[in-house]
Amino acid sequence: MLEIKNLTKVYEGGTQALYDVSFTVKPGEFLAVIGLSGSGKSTLLRCINRLIEPTDGQIIWNGQDITAASQDEMLRIRRKIGMIFQHFNLVSRSRVITNVLAGRLGYVNPAMSLLNHFPKSDMDMAINQLERVSIADQAYKRADELSGGQQQRVGIARAMMQEPEIILADEPVASLDPVLAHSIMQHLETINKEDGVMVLCSLHFLDLVHRYADRAIALNEGKLMFDGSPKDIDDARFKEIYGKEAERVG
Amino acid sequence: MNKKKPSLLRSLGTTLVVFLVIVIFAYGVQVTNVNFETTRSEIRLTQLTRVLRALARPDIIEYDQVETNIEIPFYLPCPEDQEILIPEHTSEEAYLVSSAYCGSAGDIIHIEGYNLLPNYKGPVNFVTASGINKPLGDFLTDGEGYFQLDAELPNRQPVEDAQHIRATIKTRVSGPKLTATAKSTWEKIIETVFMALLATAIGTAVAIPVSFLAARNLMEENKSPLTSMAFSIIGWPLGIYLGLQTAHWIRIIITPITENLLYTLGGLILGPILIYLVLRMTISNSSTDQETVLNKGFKILAYILTAVIAIAVFIFIETLARSVGNTITEPLGMFGFLGNFLYQMGEASSLIIPAITALGTGAVIGSIFGKIGQNISDKAAAKIVKTVNLFGAPLAGAILFALVGAGIDWLYQIQNLSKTLFWPAGIGAAIGFVLAIIIAPKRALPTGLVIYSITRTILNGTRSVESLVMAIVFVIWVGIGPFAGSLALALHTLAALAKLYSEQVESILPGPLEAVQATGANQLQTIVYAVVPQIVSPYISFTMYRWDINVRMSTIIGFVGGGGIGFLLQQNINLLNYRGASAQMLAIALVVSLMDYISSVVRERMI
Repeated sequence: MLEIKNLTKVYEGGTQALYDVSFTVKPGEFLAVIGLSGSGKSTLLRCINRLIEPTDGQIIWNGQDITAASQDEMLRIRRKIGMIFQHFNLVSRSRVITNVLAGRLGYVNPAMSLLNHFPKSDMDMAINQLERVSIADQAYKRADELSGGQQQRVGIARAMMQEPEIILADEPVASLDPVLAHSIMQHLETINKEDGVMVLCSLHFLDLVHRYADRAIALNEGKLMFDGSPKDIDDARFKEIYGKEAERVG
Repeated sequence: MNKKKPSLLRSLGTTLVVFLVIVIFAYGVQVTNVNFETTRSEIRLTQLTRVLRALARPDIIEYDQVETNIEIPFYLPCPEDQEILIPEHTSEEAYLVSSAYCGSAGDIIHIEGYNLLPNYKGPVNFVTASGINKPLGDFLTDGEGYFQLDAELPNRQPVEDAQHIRATIKTRVSGPKLTATAKSTWEKIIETVFMALLATAIGTAVAIPVSFLAARNLMEENKSPLTSMAFSIIGWPLGIYLGLQTAHWIRIIITPITENLLYTLGGLILGPILIYLVLRMTISNSSTDQETVLNKGFKILAYILTAVIAIAVFIFIETLARSVGNTITEPLGMFGFLGNFLYQMGEASSLIIPAITALGTGAVIGSIFGKIGQNISDKAAAKIVKTVNLFGAPLAGAILFALVGAGIDWLYQIQNLSKTLFWPAGIGAAIGFVLAIIIAPKRALPTGLVIYSITRTILNGTRSVESLVMAIVFVIWVGIGPFAGSLALALHTLAALAKLYSEQVESILPGPLEAVQATGANQLQTIVYAVVPQIVSPYISFTMYRWDINVRMSTIIGFVGGGGIGFLLQQNINLLNYRGASAQMLAIALVVSLMDYISSVVRERMI
């Protein structure tokens, strides 16, 4: 159970990115976050693992207040929250396997990890995760030799190495073509359905939301505009979320 | 509406600007003593020609030469009672014929030479009784070795005996040989290149960790509340002191053991095994998740034990390196430098071990204290935190200012406790107290930015002092020679590279950094996994570039006694030995352009 209570974020310089946002996510739920660019989707996701410090409000996960966690506790919390990014955010000069193993950094002995040494079990796990997204044969290539779709699958494998209970996906398919987009979304769906991982995924295309999400929330200029089933987003709601001049595509 | 200014005003403005520029340049000409008259001076032009011609013939190659003298007797003045002997010649050997064999000063005589080297130019001298050469002129033979020359007899004291007119031919008897200058130039240029190499290596090694402290994007995120900040300020000096003491005591305890080679070897083998065992036990016994206090205490004890053993092992290695180095230097003969290297490494580590121990202990205790402060600030109620701050911050301020006071006392020798200790400590405590009152107890302060600014300031200050100036100080410390030069270059390299490196860190992509942070990696792990891969190749290219600069700098650092080829160059310039200086300049040009080429090739390969 993830509870977001009155979450507010004001950036230095006064930009109000989130304004009193509250909602809850049930375990095993696939939640889509929609809204225009700049509506606060990325900020919201990054507040949950505190890559961005919220200004006000609480995030309560399994009874623990994430916003009040100390730095050490935060490291423990973060390793249970996997994250997937629009631009994949792989270390392009490192090998694929190293990128995937980076997902274990929160678990392994820090001193050994600095020497680039991981336990055998983690190595096996990394190969397994790569097999799961069917790119195990690319494991020893440099990350920037891979295509966009492959890179995003490495990103998923890295997140899965954390044995996460939550996955935060920040527009995971926005830089991919429609075919790849579906394949990546299917991987996320598998993770959600088979492993029971809660997924919070920001998306641009409503058809993807309809197809994959159990529930959707919508943000407009930092305010929560909608919270409910994707089916309930009719034309009127759509105009509310995206503005009066918006037209539906796809 | 965009109204144009009146054109008259505009042109007036332009005129004024042009006029100002002219005035500025005129003043510049005055200040820099521009004097074109001197450039036309006859004497200076002759000198310039001479020097340029000397520079054009670097003193690199010479030949062994044999002089052949062809002479005829000559009487100056003509003897009154003696008969003049006219030498006889066979037609095959070289000989001279003169129009007269005696005469008085100022007479013109006609000299002819036969069978000399064809097409050869050489001197004809009047050789006095005491062996002094008075030049009569130069001869130039034709294709058959014949020449003729009219010469005026020199004005000499009258001598009764025969003196000589001598034509000299020099012939090379060997192939080209390197001159002594060339050999010493070669030695010094090698010294120069290695000075640059050492300086770059030392500078780079230190610059890499420092560059992370001077990178804004990494440091910005480090925020800590006042409690944590004050605690770690208290912890650092305490740790450094403890570290110094520990290193000292370990050395005292271990020294008797190191006097026996067998014990030393035993310690060297036993030490790492012990470390391995202790670490294995602690790591396997603890899961990273939840830890009891007892568990944690054991872990800390184990780490301390490991550190102590590690220091002991390093001292063993150091003594071993010293004694082995000392013994093998002689027998190794030509490769004796390897023995010396071992010995010097041992010496260097006897300096470095206490320093690293002190810094390491300082860092550990500082961060443990900081963590305690962080935890207090995170968990305790605001009121308690405030109370802790009211004690902690003044103490930290007092310690910080007292240390600064001690530094000032050392530099200026004030030796007045109330001025260097009590007053600064009091002021520091007061500042700490005020901060503890003003600042909200749990507010996160930008500690990282403070460290960043201090590092940057120190780096900029160090960088602005030229290595030539630094060399002067190092020459006083370690004596005239290449070691002083290397140290000066190393210090400058450290400052310059740390800045360049840190700018590279600042320009990395934030995405991967964010992604690795999101996995729950700590800061060190984030640097190793997200930052380092992104900066390896620019670091290498900057280092190569810096080596290049260091080679160039080390060629002139000898001017202030820093060793290398600059020493020779300066000496030759002062002795007006321009041919020697030319050889050294040539060597510098060759090495610098070679370095340029090599570094560009390596950089291309690396990136």
